[in-house]
Amino acid sequence: MATTTAPTPKVNRLGLPAIDYRGSKTTLCAGCGHNAISERIIDAFYEMGVKSERVIKLSGIGCSSKSPAYFLSRSHGFNSVHGRMPSVATGALLANKTVQAIGVSGDGDTASIGMGQFAHLMRRNLPLIYIIEDNGVYGLTKGQFSATADLGSKLKTGVINDLPPIDTCALAIQLGATFVGRSFSGDKKQLTAMLKAAVAHKGTVMLDVISPCVTFNDHEGSTKSYKYMQEHEEAISEAGFVPFFEDIAIDYDAGTTYDVTMHDGSHLHLRKLHDSYNPTDRVAAVKALMEAHDRNEVLTGVFYIDTEKPNFTDLLNLADEPLATLPQERTRPSKEVLAEIMSKLA
Amino acid sequence: MATGHVALDSTGVEAGEPVSNSTEEPYEAARRPVINDFSIQVATVNGSGSQSANIILLRSIFGMGIPVSGKNLFPSNIAGLPTWYTIRASKQGYVARKEEIDVLVALNAETAKEDILALPAGSVAIYEEAANLKQYRNDVICYPVPFDKLTAAACPEAKLRKLVKNMIYVGVVAKLISLDLNVVEAAVRRQFAKKQKAADLNWAAIQAGYDYATQSITKQDPFALERMHATDGKIIIDGNAAAALGALFAGVTVVTWYPITPSSSVVEQLIGYLKKYRVEPDGKASFAVVQAEDELAAVGMVLGAGWAGARSMTATSGPGISLMAEFVGLGYFTELPGVIFDIQRVGPSTGLPTRTSQGDILSVATLSHGDTKHVMLLPASVKECFEFAGAAFDLTERLQTPIFVLSDLDLGMNNWMSEPFEYPEKPLDRGKVLTAEDLKRLGGFARYKDVDGDGIPYRTLPGTDHPLAAYFVRGSGHNERAVYTEKPDDYQNLMERLNRKFETARTLVPAPVVVQTGKSKIGLIAYGTSDFAVTESRDQMKKEYGVETDYLRIRAFPFTREVHEFVASHERVYVIEQNRDAQMLSLLKLDLPAAEAVKLRSIRHFNGLPIDARSVTNALVIEENL
Ligand SMILES: Cc1ncc(C[n+]2csc(CCOP(=O)(O)OP(=O)(O)O)c2C)c(N)n1
Ligand code: SF4
Ligand SMILES: [Mg+2]
Repeated sequence: MATTTAPTPKVNRLGLPAIDYRGSKTTLCAGCGHNAISERIIDAFYEMGVKSERVIKLSGIGCSSKSPAYFLSRSHGFNSVHGRMPSVATGALLANKTVQAIGVSGDGDTASIGMGQFAHLMRRNLPLIYIIEDNGVYGLTKGQFSATADLGSKLKTGVINDLPPIDTCALAIQLGATFVGRSFSGDKKQLTAMLKAAVAHKGTVMLDVISPCVTFNDHEGSTKSYKYMQEHEEAISEAGFVPFFEDIAIDYDAGTTYDVTMHDGSHLHLRKLHDSYNPTDRVAAVKALMEAHDRNEVLTGVFYIDTEKPNFTDLLNLADEPLATLPQERTRPSKEVLAEIMSKLA
Repeated sequence: MATGHVALDSTGVEAGEPVSNSTEEPYEAARRPVINDFSIQVATVNGSGSQSANIILLRSIFGMGIPVSGKNLFPSNIAGLPTWYTIRASKQGYVARKEEIDVLVALNAETAKEDILALPAGSVAIYEEAANLKQYRNDVICYPVPFDKLTAAACPEAKLRKLVKNMIYVGVVAKLISLDLNVVEAAVRRQFAKKQKAADLNWAAIQAGYDYATQSITKQDPFALERMHATDGKIIIDGNAAAALGALFAGVTVVTWYPITPSSSVVEQLIGYLKKYRVEPDGKASFAVVQAEDELAAVGMVLGAGWAGARSMTATSGPGISLMAEFVGLGYFTELPGVIFDIQRVGPSTGLPTRTSQGDILSVATLSHGDTKHVMLLPASVKECFEFAGAAFDLTERLQTPIFVLSDLDLGMNNWMSEPFEYPEKPLDRGKVLTAEDLKRLGGFARYKDVDGDGIPYRTLPGTDHPLAAYFVRGSGHNERAVYTEKPDDYQNLMERLNRKFETARTLVPAPVVVQTGKSKIGLIAYGTSDFAVTESRDQMKKEYGVETDYLRIRAFPFTREVHEFVASHERVYVIEQNRDAQMLSLLKLDLPAAEAVKLRSIRHFNGLPIDARSVTNALVIEENL
């Protein structure tokens, strides 16, 4: 016999409803890909049961970089300067390595003004989820080409791009990032699975997410439009994610699927869609990216993952507790130490 | 004697311009001895390893209890270009650069002629016998020494001879100026503390030089040392090491840098101290040091770490300061802590990268775009480098704004005598930080609200486990709750509160040091390394011209009350500084009432060499029509 009870809101493993993971109301254009990505971030952090208070969210400057205000309102946020979020994130994580960090950038913010810091972030394998909301243009300054715009793609004004694009995924793999993938803001399933795996990863996660700018780059002739993505997206693998706290046995075919055990015990299942796919082989990953590009395909999926390489805070052998709040007894050497140093200088 | 380039030799006797190829009779040594008051210059080639020798000389004079200072004038080059090291012994304790050289050791064949021609009459030149420098000056006492022969004899290994040759001159000089050999040996053993063999070899070379001088040189000059006790209990350290120690004892936890002369040795020496004293029993580090990809990143990391609650710092010089400009403005506007050491060098751009200057005053004070102003601390001694480093960390966390410590190449890279540093007994001031418990009690907070009326708001640290702890840092307009706004009132209120905070800073920064009789109409203002020359110049003014001057040494910006009072109580105030554009004077003008600002006059020195007392005195004499 059915009894009627007040509907209990759905909650995650912390007992929190999804609404607790939202941010303030977006001020971006309706239909902007960046908004969809914020939604997926909310989903992923909610479903993973991450405690927002233990998260820091950072960004550079651009429409994309405004996004951190629109998710995880209980997390400390930092909208920094154009192209230089990586350094702020690095400092913050050195001060407190116990927080979970997510950074949002744009294709302009990353591939032009921020190229130097991007490269060195990847190289350090800082434990940070780095998302490029990639629309091929500078949205906030009203539609100039960015360095990820494809050769021959056209601006609304008719201007044709005559320089080759920078493939941020190929770069990230070459530079040392340990979890690199591409997705599409309109691909809810793939993006959420990748973001959840990103939460479980303990190194630099670099996700380039194609995110159409409906105002400046969604027309005929753009290679970053919704239509172009529907026609040219080509997944190299299919990602399935089983978090450590869910006791589900998944059947998968070991011949076609890579089972990656994440740091926290979660599993990422990567089912091959291309014969040559091997997410542990950097050279194969970069090759696949270059070949797809030659075929005018936008390759998506997890291209490369390495769960073993030490991250930057491990390398620095930092104390277990946050450096920021170590007590004075641990950060100011004793009077005897100063006396010893002084006597050596006498 | 009002104008002109007038050089006084160390006996106080007026000496003319150096004469070349003079036809005068050879100089006769019929002079009174000059004790503990002369300078030695060693001219060598960069990369020849003379630094150890020079430090041994400096340490030996110090070891005899005689006040001493040393300055390294080096080129921007790794090896091959000329370099000069000057050591000044001064029984009165003067440590400024002295223009005139009394004893020259000319070991750089390329500059030897120029070097000897620059000497005042009556001075001493020691040089390689074969160079025959005597031909250029017969009013200089010449001691030719067969350095190469002596070196070959003292050092069978040809490879090491270049280094050992330096020790021969230490020995020759030691004999000539009557250095105590026991003290010299102690300095050698100290310099090569971990290398017994090197110590022995170098010591043998010094003895060889000493023996040669004893047997073959007849002393004709008056310069000599006699034991004093003025350095008892003192230490010798460079300013950068002192700043590093200050940071160490301030509990610094995040250090970032991008190498640049003359600031690199702040971090390099700090790394040494951190590795030694801040590795925990379990082998883990209570610090992080990152060599960043550039200064943009270095300061970004500092601010990120400051945001997250760490005591963070970076060290740089002018070019790095320029790159940091945008981020520092963000730090000011979003109220983040972080300490930036600027070891100034000559600019603009690369300028003279290995020469000293006080040229970043104006650019740092207002670094970045929009309305910005920054707190600057201005150490004038190694002890202040130590103390102000500590103060900077307390101030940056108290005021929640980037703090600059402006030292310079002269202070940072040269060795200075000092009283030993005192242990900072005051607990660290971590500023207004709310914890989860505070938030529980308060029921929330507004990040940018002026609760206490001092312009300083409260902050929380990322990771604070309370649902109301988070706030959003943004360089765009924000209200008291850190929410985005473009409302005119919100922006104006924020900017006015930042001004109130700057007024609070005025009451917290180190006050100036004032020396005044209350009788003089002339006030002198200086800061940083100009202090040494001004101190000595004041004595010259009194002794030579009977003119008393009062003196205020600025130790921080914003200027404290005392600075205003000092200007108000004098008729004429000379601001003495080491830059072309009278930068501190300009800053003072902005701060002073118009009626006071007109009293300011400028004395500047900007040729890349540290300012000397005689330049200051000469300028004062002209200005004052003496
Ligand atoms: C130092 C600096 N230069 C230029 C700008 C102007 N600016 C703001 S956003 C932007 C480009 C943003 O493009 P992107 O990162 O692709 O973000 P989108 O708006 O497309 O999401 C530029 C050039 C700036 N804010 N700072
Ligand atoms: S301009 Fe483009 S990128 Fe910016 S919010 Fe609008 S759609 Fe998004
Ligand atoms: Mg863009």
